[in-house]
Amino acid sequence: MTSKVMNWLDERLGLTGIYDSVLDRNIPKVNWWFTLGSASLFLVGLQGITGIFLTVYYVPSPDHAYDSIQYIMNGVAYGWLIRGIHHWGATLMVIVVFIHMLRTFYCAAYKYPRELTWVTGVVLLLATLGMGFTGYLLPMNQKAYWATTVGTEIPGTIPIIGPFLTQVLRGGVGISAVTLARFFSLHIWFLPALIALTIGIHMYLIIRLGISYIPTKED
Amino acid sequence: MTKSPHMSRREFVTITVGALGAIMAAVIGLPAIGYLLSPALRTQKTDAWIALGSLENYPVGEPTLFTFTRTTVNGWERTANSYGVYVYRKTEDQVTTFANLCTHLSCRVTWQDDEQVYHCPCHDGLFDIDGIVVKGPPPRPLFQYPNKIEDGILSIQLEQV
Repeated sequence: MTSKVMNWLDERLGLTGIYDSVLDRNIPKVNWWFTLGSASLFLVGLQGITGIFLTVYYVPSPDHAYDSIQYIMNGVAYGWLIRGIHHWGATLMVIVVFIHMLRTFYCAAYKYPRELTWVTGVVLLLATLGMGFTGYLLPMNQKAYWATTVGTEIPGTIPIIGPFLTQVLRGGVGISAVTLARFFSLHIWFLPALIALTIGIHMYLIIRLGISYIPTKED
Repeated sequence: MTKSPHMSRREFVTITVGALGAIMAAVIGLPAIGYLLSPALRTQKTDAWIALGSLENYPVGEPTLFTFTRTTVNGWERTANSYGVYVYRKTEDQVTTFANLCTHLSCRVTWQDDEQVYHCPCHDGLFDIDGIVVKGPPPRPLFQYPNKIEDGILSIQLEQV
């Protein structure tokens, strides 16, 4: 019965073809360091799901942001779990993505024909750091406030356009309600959209080109 | 190919990965349901007995206003509601407690001692000392809170309005 349904669907959707090319790819003999891309993908999914759940109660306004997070932590069932996973997942994400990059670098896996996989990977690394930076302000506690103050001052050291960049990031002279709202927007719309698009390209390239083997002494 | 009586490596990996995935999905999925539902299940009790102080504080025959504020907590937000109650002691121990809200559009009514009526400033609604509509648009008499006297202390029961 199940196989009958699957066959019916397969005939129309071409599931076997997708399965063969996406999951049943030939890969060279590799080790555990080569699982970090999949680990990153899993973490992105986890961050996405827990992040969506957090928006149910979080309010991106300076007068309610902190209280709404206190409510998530103490007032809602398992709020601590959802936020805890999002919090630690974020840290883990940066670590895993970074080690993934190091592995690619040391294995010289960025060379022809995989230059674009590398370039999209760099975009993903920067977007991940951007997610970390924008997400850090959202609790609107002392640490968040001052980290964002410092973080938005860094581009201010660029000659001529620096102060302008700082103001653009902050949406004004200082950290305000406008800053919180735009960081929230970046955190839940702009950067996730960029990440989703770039992951799509990254994955397409991996499926199309495969992954490179571990370099030998002759290489 | 003859079928081996033992599980193949591929089957074992498939089952293990599936089981681990199901466990992870359950660990996040089940609490997530509670996370979404919990505020709905924890409804705040809105009815409560409010003590208005010693009955001796209220003169007989003259409606006296008592005001208080109650704060309701909705998640991360608090709303303070102010209430006004006219305590009218008809006799020593016959007490009526009126909400000072006009039954027309909920403007605050005030007791006019010289005319012996509750006056609503919005549309000139008038109620007599027993809360009965005398004149104007109010459709019903003034709302009466259920009250009780225990150990000389007057209390009213606040209900969900």
